Amino acid sequence: MHLAAHFPGVNSTTVWSDPRSGSQIDFASFEYLARTAERGKFDFFFLAEGLRLREYDGRVHDLDVVGRPESLTVLNALAAVTDRLGLAATVNATFNEPYELARRLATLDHLSGGRAAWNVVTSSDAFTGENFRRGGFLDRSDRYTRAAEFVSTARELWDSWTPDGMPRPVAHHGTHFDVSGEFTVPRSPQGHPVVIQAGDSDEGREFAASAADVIFTRHGTLEAGRAFWADVKGRLATYGRGPDDLKIMPGVTVVVADTDAEAQQYAAEIRRLQVSPQNAILTLEQVWGRDLSGYDPDGPFPDIDPEPDSGFAQGRVRVADPFAVAAKWRALSEEKGLSIRETVIESATRQSFVGSPETVAAGLTAFVDQKAADGFILVPHLTPGGLDDFVDRVVPLLQERGAFRSEYTGSTLRAHLGLAEPVWKG
Amino acid sequence: MTTGRPLHLAAEIGGPPRYEPDHYLGLARLAEGGALDYVTLGDSFARPGPDALSVLARIAPVTDRIGLVPTVDTTHTEPFHVSSAVATLDWVSRGRAGWTADVSTTEAVARLFGRRTTAPAEALWREAGEAADAGARLWDSWEDDAEIRDTATGRFIDRKKVHHIDFEGEAFSVRGPAIVPRPPQGRPVTVIDGTTAPARAVAARHADVVHIRATSPEQAAAARADVHRLAAAHGRSARELRVLVALAVDLGDAETAPEPGLESGPPLAGHGTYFRGGPVDLAELISQWYRAGAADGFHLTPITPARDLERIVNGTVALLQHRSLFRTFHPGHTLREHLGLARPASRYALARTAGERR
Repeated sequence: MHLAAHFPGVNSTTVWSDPRSGSQIDFASFEYLARTAERGKFDFFFLAEGLRLREYDGRVHDLDVVGRPESLTVLNALAAVTDRLGLAATVNATFNEPYELARRLATLDHLSGGRAAWNVVTSSDAFTGENFRRGGFLDRSDRYTRAAEFVSTARELWDSWTPDGMPRPVAHHGTHFDVSGEFTVPRSPQGHPVVIQAGDSDEGREFAASAADVIFTRHGTLEAGRAFWADVKGRLATYGRGPDDLKIMPGVTVVVADTDAEAQQYAAEIRRLQVSPQNAILTLEQVWGRDLSGYDPDGPFPDIDPEPDSGFAQGRVRVADPFAVAAKWRALSEEKGLSIRETVIESATRQSFVGSPETVAAGLTAFVDQKAADGFILVPHLTPGGLDDFVDRVVPLLQERGAFRSEYTGSTLRAHLGLAEPVWKG
Repeated sequence: MTTGRPLHLAAEIGGPPRYEPDHYLGLARLAEGGALDYVTLGDSFARPGPDALSVLARIAPVTDRIGLVPTVDTTHTEPFHVSSAVATLDWVSRGRAGWTADVSTTEAVARLFGRRTTAPAEALWREAGEAADAGARLWDSWEDDAEIRDTATGRFIDRKKVHHIDFEGEAFSVRGPAIVPRPPQGRPVTVIDGTTAPARAVAARHADVVHIRATSPEQAAAARADVHRLAAAHGRSARELRVLVALAVDLGDAETAPEPGLESGPPLAGHGTYFRGGPVDLAELISQWYRAGAADGFHLTPITPARDLERIVNGTVALLQHRSLFRTFHPGHTLREHLGLARPASRYALARTAGERR
């Protein structure tokens, strides 16, 4: 089993109102969580990225954690205070250039002794584009062709030094990039930093099958996980790759307590804290695409229709079919007699693994044994202590069962993940 | 002491390309032991070696007081990314970050990116100035007390204190606000080498520290006065700027070389005037120039970092400390404190409170 830690920050699962919630920006928080993950022998530490603050109706969103550092800079600093932990940065392939990013990633790999990973994401968002020279945005299909060419260009640069340390010129003339000259960083300890792809779309799965070492997914149930596994692993052969060449790691939340009943109770409390009265209305506004601030979060659902494409909620994941979601929520509310806030809690939040340490360990192990995942990216709800219980109480059980390593056996992230060093294609 | 102003000293730790962090950490700790204001790490996309900002981030948590100033290209980078990375360097170093803004003038570097050809130096420096301006606005875009964590109203930030910058330049535009909350120094320190005229114009307007080149104290004093004059045209006072003489130094093998002095030729283009001599001779030169009021300090580039930096710290700096010309410890924690530069208030906070008072 592979385990990774997501730094909790800018998302709706982080509970900042808890008195134990610390800074999302001071380096001490990153150091604490990374050291905890390394104490737990995790494969890697994972940072998300932000390129534009989320907005509602032209105003900066103020109800969740706002603000975070730039990933690669934090990870280089973390390399100084950790020894083995992999260090994964989310970096957008739409608003960066291959030469610069390949150089920064190769640098991180050198400076960390072979622990760098790049989570490739793309954007089709003109809203985000307003912070960049490129301006504009790419449509969905171009996003992935650009991302694929971005990754292959980076790999040409990483491969451009011969194994005996001589630079050779690169000449890439493609649809999206035209890069020629000499790369200034020798081949790094991992050959190529580990490439992670996030996202569940068909294009994303195909891209992952062709180019990624790890796919960061979301699927709630064992059945969904098994289906995803079969689909994604089945795509690998087309690219001459084996099933072990791509690790499937869903993002999960875990709630641990002494007993299953206590854990369920704690999980319900967390869900309530994740959905403040203000956040309940805002979640609704995201679906309805209009101002619902006049509604009582503890009252019944609005009887007006959504207004899709109003541009009301920018910088957020779009709701694919607002009418269907609205209808489902209304039905749920009527059936169970739930208020707006209770309905949002019931339908929009869910912890993946809840229970005693034994229950959680068994649940995680079942996912791996039944080919629904190769491992997990844990998304704690608290900064920076949100991993303490898991590392102190669940990891030892996984180790006892032989489901998870007791010591690191290698020094690079590729070694932790059981991935071969890429063959040099000079 | 004739000036009453503290002397500032900084050193470059680059050299032949190295990829092990301990190499850079050793040099930075050496400089830190000498209580230097900051170390620089030069960079360009065509220079063999690791990314400079990443290297200084790597050593930030394992150093305490020394300022960390990587060179950052403004020609082929995104100003938004640059401002985020420099602000993050300030967070991970707890207030010790700066950056040397520089431009890429060669076609060779342009071809590594393949999205634009090179442009005249004037245009590139105008763009660098815009990048510095946009960066400073982004660093100001979060007021210091924007994060409120008000559980009663469910608000994490006070959105009145987080501002769009709506920067429209010739070369790019940035809507803002920053993703990174305002860094510990308010604004990390901006350094620009003001040797050429287009760079000096931008430095006088946007830099906190300007490096100049000179072969005599008179020449240095004239360059410093020129920087001050240009800065004044932008409403800036000399108190807001530090002007440091850039010197490449070769301290050789002997304690005192037979013929110490400055060379007029440029054996190390880009690193300032070339000094050859012993550590005592260098201390003598620094004392004389400084007492003559020629500069606020010196930025020294050892031609062989491991050898010469050790001599600078244990020879030259020790002597300057003995003469009470240079401090023996860092009295503050941040680079701005070392440089005696005030922590700037956010321009948006000032504008907002002025608006509220009206």
